[in-house]
Amino acid sequence: MSQGSPEAAGRDLTPGEDELWEAVADPSRRKVLDLILAHGQATPTTLAAELPFTRQAVAKHLAVLARAGLIEAQRHGREVRYTARPERVSAAAQAMARTAQAMATAAARWDRRLDAIKRLAESQARTSPAEPPEGF
Amino acid sequence: MIPNAIEKEILIDAPAEAVYRVITEPAQISQWFSDAAELDPVPGGTGSLTFADRATSQRMAVNLSVQAAEPPHRFAFRWDYPDGEQPTEENSLLVEFSLTAEGGSTRLRVTESGFTALRKPDAEKAGYYETHDKGWDIHLANLNGYVSGQS
Repeated sequence: MSQGSPEAAGRDLTPGEDELWEAVADPSRRKVLDLILAHGQATPTTLAAELPFTRQAVAKHLAVLARAGLIEAQRHGREVRYTARPERVSAAAQAMARTAQAMATAAARWDRRLDAIKRLAESQARTSPAEPPEGF
Repeated sequence: MIPNAIEKEILIDAPAEAVYRVITEPAQISQWFSDAAELDPVPGGTGSLTFADRATSQRMAVNLSVQAAEPPHRFAFRWDYPDGEQPTEENSLLVEFSLTAEGGSTRLRVTESGFTALRKPDAEKAGYYETHDKGWDIHLANLNGYVSGQS
């Protein structure tokens, strides 16, 4: 079902993850993307009918999603239909999962580091309240 | 909005000055963070944290650059950027400590941010986190040894 040419797909995979992040960071935009994925394709009119957004807001979200390469537009007569690009959606999902995992790991480690800082500072405050630790 | 930062805090029964020293003095950093630390804890100061893998006796050095040092209230650094590069939002993580007096105690808050802005190719980025995690595992093993040795 992917209609993008291999050349275009190759080119669009190279933009940094910044665009992907910007595109999927907004919950409203994720709703738009979800609907396109659920229906296979969608037009601005059908999206605006299903979502509590104005047509203008929908158009804005579609533009950001398209710029990130997550969706692409095809013109059918007077109508523009949008389809999702699975490889880009998958890349975005992986980037989110990887980042979430890295952050969870980092959070657990900061908990332990803070515990260690607490022990060090409290033991020093107890043993020599007014002196630096190497004051002997 | 997808979060981009970790925030943690702890209440420490010690004056802010003592906590600040633990956070910033290389001799103390090597007791809660890395195996060795070289650092000039002043704004613009740079240094490195070294993590040693005891199993392979390999050492991994990580770059660090001080962004703010205001004793005893605030200390911030960027870390883990490539050798020979300046730290930026795109190649490093920002760690910020804030210390607030609460009676005779100190509220220590730490924020680590920049996870979503790291601009690295996918494969390299995956490797980045692996390396990162490995260093931290090694660090934790040492830390646990240190803490139990103290108590």
